[in-house]
Amino acid sequence: MAERPEDLNLPNAVITRIIKEALPDGVNISKEARSAISRAASVFVLYATSCANNFAMKGKRKTLNAGDVLSAMEEMEFQRFVAPLKESLEVYRREQKGKKEARKDKDKKADSEEQDKSREEDNDDDDERMEEEDQNDEEEVDN
Amino acid sequence: AEMAAARLSGTENRLVSLPLSRIRVIMKSSPEVSSINQDALFLTAKATELFVQYLAAYSYKHGRGKEKNALTYTDLSHTAEECETFQFLADILPKKILASKYLKMLEKEKRDGEVRDDNDEGEEEEDEDK
Repeated sequence: MAERPEDLNLPNAVITRIIKEALPDGVNISKEARSAISRAASVFVLYATSCANNFAMKGKRKTLNAGDVLSAMEEMEFQRFVAPLKESLEVYRREQKGKKEARKDKDKKADSEEQDKSREEDNDDDDERMEEEDQNDEEEVDN
Repeated sequence: AEMAAARLSGTENRLVSLPLSRIRVIMKSSPEVSSINQDALFLTAKATELFVQYLAAYSYKHGRGKEKNALTYTDLSHTAEECETFQFLADILPKKILASKYLKMLEKEKRDGEVRDDNDEGEEEEDEDK
């Protein structure tokens, strides 16, 4: 894969913001330190992915799932992350579900108002979304 | 206006700040990985944020740097070396040493007439972050 080097880096502005939240007010972060943390974060993603993938393979699955990532955190000695991650995941799942239901309702309304036209336009999207709802765990991000 | 709002409430009003698309690119650069479910992608992004905070806070707290009002590279490389949890970062956060000090160390070794293989790297306690 031909990825440019910057694609494996995380956006500086976001990294800086996250660092500042973790430190007391008024503490400066040298550019070198910020850059080092950014690199460390990328390495963390790679390490976590590799670890999570091992768990997926153990389970004979090709798709990394939430459980794999949580197991990876424990394996990597970041157990302290597990509880907050689980909480965030619940919120995220509710958000995603809410978004889908909002879309579904919107389409239902459009359907009843302009019957044939909207059905033709939205048909494919509808089918996709219906499947996604049921198979939440196995949903793939990439094709 | 957006920046001001972000500063006030931090990143807490958003569930996750790191872009999922970028996180996915990094994850997919791993050759053994076939596909990633949406929840796993979210969790990895969120975990990375927690990691950044943990690394920064830990390094600041345990830093042996003279500056109390700054987080420096030295603080980070110290953490990678001393703390087992962060040891996977040791290679990308090597300790720095002034060239002059390294040369002095080499000279001393010669004078002492001992050939110690362990000290080849020369990267020990000496670290200056200017």
